[in-house]
Amino acid sequence: MEFVQQLVNGISLGSIYALLALGYTMVYGIVKLINFAHGDVFMVGAFIGFYSVTVFHFSFFPALLLAMAVCAVFGVLIERIAYKPLRNATRIAALITAIGVSLFIEYGTIYLRGAQPEAYPSNVLPEKNINIFGVTINSQSLLILFTSIVLMIVLQFIVHRTKVGKAMRAVSYDAEAARLMGISVDRTISATFAIGSALAGAAGVIFGIYYTKIDPLMGIIPGLKAFVAAVLGGIGIIPGAMVGGLLLGVIESLVSAMGFSLWRDGAAFIVLILLLIFRPSGLFGKNVREKV
Amino acid sequence: MKKKFSSITLTLLFSTVLMAGCGASSTTGGSASNGKTIKVGADLELSGNVASYGQSIAEGFALALDDINKKGIDGKKIELIKADNKSDAAEATSTAIKLVSQDKVAVLVGSATSTNTLAQVQVAQDNKIPLITPTATNPEVTVKGGKLNDYVFRTCFIDPFQGTVAANFAADQLKVKKAAILIDSSSDYAKGLASAFEKSFKKTGGKIVSKEAYVAKDTDFHATLTRIKGENPQFIYLPGYYEEVGLIVKQAREIGLNVPIMGGDGWDSPKLVKIAGPKALNNTYITNHYSSGDPDQKIQKFVKKFKAKYNGDSPDAFNALGYDTAYLLADAIKRAGSTDPEKIKKALEDTKNLELVSGTLTFDKDHNPIKSASILEYKDGKQVFKTKVNP
Amino acid sequence: MMTIRHTKGFWLSIILALAAFAVVQILINGQILNSFYLNTLFLIGINIILAVSLHLIIGITGQFSIGHAGFLAVGAYASAIMTMKFQLPFSAALLIGGVAAAVAGLIIGIPTLRLKGDYLAIATLGFGEILRIALLNIDYVGGASGMQVSHFTTWPWVFACTLIAIVVIANFTNSRHGRACISVRENEIAADAMGINTTFYKVVAFVIGAFFAGVAGGLYSHNFYIIQPTNFGFLKSFDILIFVVLGGLGSMSGAVISAILLTIISTFLQDYPETRMVIYSLVLILMMLFRPQGLMGTKELATFFKERAAEGGTNHDNKQTVA
Repeated sequence: MEFVQQLVNGISLGSIYALLALGYTMVYGIVKLINFAHGDVFMVGAFIGFYSVTVFHFSFFPALLLAMAVCAVFGVLIERIAYKPLRNATRIAALITAIGVSLFIEYGTIYLRGAQPEAYPSNVLPEKNINIFGVTINSQSLLILFTSIVLMIVLQFIVHRTKVGKAMRAVSYDAEAARLMGISVDRTISATFAIGSALAGAAGVIFGIYYTKIDPLMGIIPGLKAFVAAVLGGIGIIPGAMVGGLLLGVIESLVSAMGFSLWRDGAAFIVLILLLIFRPSGLFGKNVREKV
Repeated sequence: MKKKFSSITLTLLFSTVLMAGCGASSTTGGSASNGKTIKVGADLELSGNVASYGQSIAEGFALALDDINKKGIDGKKIELIKADNKSDAAEATSTAIKLVSQDKVAVLVGSATSTNTLAQVQVAQDNKIPLITPTATNPEVTVKGGKLNDYVFRTCFIDPFQGTVAANFAADQLKVKKAAILIDSSSDYAKGLASAFEKSFKKTGGKIVSKEAYVAKDTDFHATLTRIKGENPQFIYLPGYYEEVGLIVKQAREIGLNVPIMGGDGWDSPKLVKIAGPKALNNTYITNHYSSGDPDQKIQKFVKKFKAKYNGDSPDAFNALGYDTAYLLADAIKRAGSTDPEKIKKALEDTKNLELVSGTLTFDKDHNPIKSASILEYKDGKQVFKTKVNP
Repeated sequence: MMTIRHTKGFWLSIILALAAFAVVQILINGQILNSFYLNTLFLIGINIILAVSLHLIIGITGQFSIGHAGFLAVGAYASAIMTMKFQLPFSAALLIGGVAAAVAGLIIGIPTLRLKGDYLAIATLGFGEILRIALLNIDYVGGASGMQVSHFTTWPWVFACTLIAIVVIANFTNSRHGRACISVRENEIAADAMGINTTFYKVVAFVIGAFFAGVAGGLYSHNFYIIQPTNFGFLKSFDILIFVVLGGLGSMSGAVISAILLTIISTFLQDYPETRMVIYSLVLILMMLFRPQGLMGTKELATFFKERAAEGGTNHDNKQTVA
């Protein structure tokens, strides 16, 4: 009984990680960059959602869509300003820039509005406790899971059934060849960032509704965990990110369930280290040998 | 390589001389009091995860200064120098050092939490500057390892008292026999309260069925709460700070855990109601230093003054204790008849039966006040005065 | 074995170093430098040690490690345990702190050997976090509420440790071991092919870097009265990273100079923490976009003097930048 409850907890948490992991994996697949700032786009989405609900009195879906739209634009901006000029630089330079962008967004937000957290009003989504076989499930968790699944299905559709998606897959395979085929690599990369950031924004709003409290530094730890989830599923592989996210959420819940709640955050990192040592290609990835 | 090495030493030397030069030429502030003002340094949490407390204390203190400085103390006014320790212990130490050596204050006030106050104790002792904490409740602040930190005082009661009051309330009034404890692992305050509660609750014949902990700044407590639920407690003792408490209470109700939950003064913040929502907070209680609903005349006068200055907001316990600390200090300075930190320290020690908003204050030999506690219940998001417990 | 060559500048440097030490000591005894400035000076010393130790790992050996705060934490806690729980003298505690951190460096260095670039970065970050979370859970050291530590850090200690750190790492860099590390940085596969034991040197870099970070940790913990795991998170790792990046990845004097500069700036901006971080992050971004070699690239202060002396400026140094 308790186990099932913990499982439910884990899947709710995991669907948020999955949404974030999707953005990481898409961006890494296409430009081989770990976008440290992704967690902060998530945070921006949460705040946009908060302000649209409290100041403009939007309901759930309009707030969600607005957050996704703003984050998409924001993501493209970051890419254009900070990452594009470094596309041919060393990986260390790109990584340092990503760290810099992440810190800039976090502390810029604190500078603008202070570090105090905000609380999402509790009436955005209906809150009812549903009892199934002794397991209490909150209607919010169900709606969150539902929204995440819908978004992931939409993403799969975009990637496999549209031209933009085809371009994304082509560029991640071989950017030069794609360029020769007439695909605008720049635009494709921007589109990737846009979609990934939109998903992060959605995750932010969902997080805000489920966990109520949002603050400017909220994106750091979920961002890192989502990266672990992406690696877990195989970095660059989209279904892998989804599975990785859900799996990580469940692992975390189980760690808490076994009484080690103080180790929860550590669980994700331990998973990461084990992965990197024993199976760096993740669950669904293929091992690529390095050529000299 | 050696050239480079010498150039590095040159740079080091240069910068030290530079700083020494700055230090010598700009001895800011001068002496602790230049005849007209008495400098008081407040090392408070004005930002960070318990900013609500520090800011409330500052508000209360400032309100008291309005009245005190109207006439001044023997013609001298109290000048409050505020400094933010960002709710961080290392910052609290650095800030205390800065206040004492740069601003040359005569008295230190702060912090709101026990951990951040502990970080200042050594600075106060080493520099022989009295330190008064308005709200740090951990006993180790004044007495560590059997030794009294003789420059340190506090305006509030200590943790063992709060924990005991809560345990007796649970056993006698709520009549529960099985309790669960959930503490903030990063807080000396929470640990102190929990251990006092556990000892007293067991003495009444009750049983602790579950002991769990969480990390500050965490947002997801479902798993831990589910574990607690599995042990079927009749009561949960949750002596944490408002940010996590709000989420925990909300999530507890979400998974169907509707038993009474009780905490301490760490719950006391308007943000708590915002985070948890009024519905979730029904059937929760706290021990607190005072209640704005207490019909006592002195308290109501204070409430009126506070509302007048701060847009009709009702003062919480941190406001009240900040206010009281200012009066405690003013009383001591008046009796000392001087602004010398040593004399102020002696006068503080001798404080007897001082009438304050949060009760009548007399220091015991450990520089802790002997005061009463109030128990409040949350009804529809508002604190309602339930009962007062005397030591 | 490493030999210290007694060149012309050697005695000059010794005298300068002793002079610097004496000047400050006099200022302290004369009460001119009050505890606030002293605190800042100590922080500068500690940050210099941290910067040069990370410089060895990233700048010289090219291993992108961003979990350095973990070594700082191990050193801080280990030395604190020695003084507070076992009543050992401060000197022993510092040494043990360094050794404990070195062991941590060994433990972290070996599994991460075959990782490169981004993965190495994230793995080291992960290790740093695991260390922090582990400390959060160990009640023996106070867990999350931290541990109170007596004040033992004094100017002679800070000065001595900083000096030793700089001398050792500078010597290491100029020895054949240091050159081996540089070759690992430049092209690991080629270095391997040339017969250099890349595994050994990567681990050595981690161990030495970690040792000095541990010593810095000992100085740090005995200065602030109380240490908590939250002080040693990835934000602290980034703080140290900025010293090295700003100074120039590959330049030790750059690391030292930027450590001094940034510590002083940070102390002035103490009242405006958000501004400080916003400035830091902008510095990082702009540096990478416009001057990825940092303030000094891979050059050292000495080469400026040398180049001025030699007409036309002969170029001894490796012009390639790491970033």
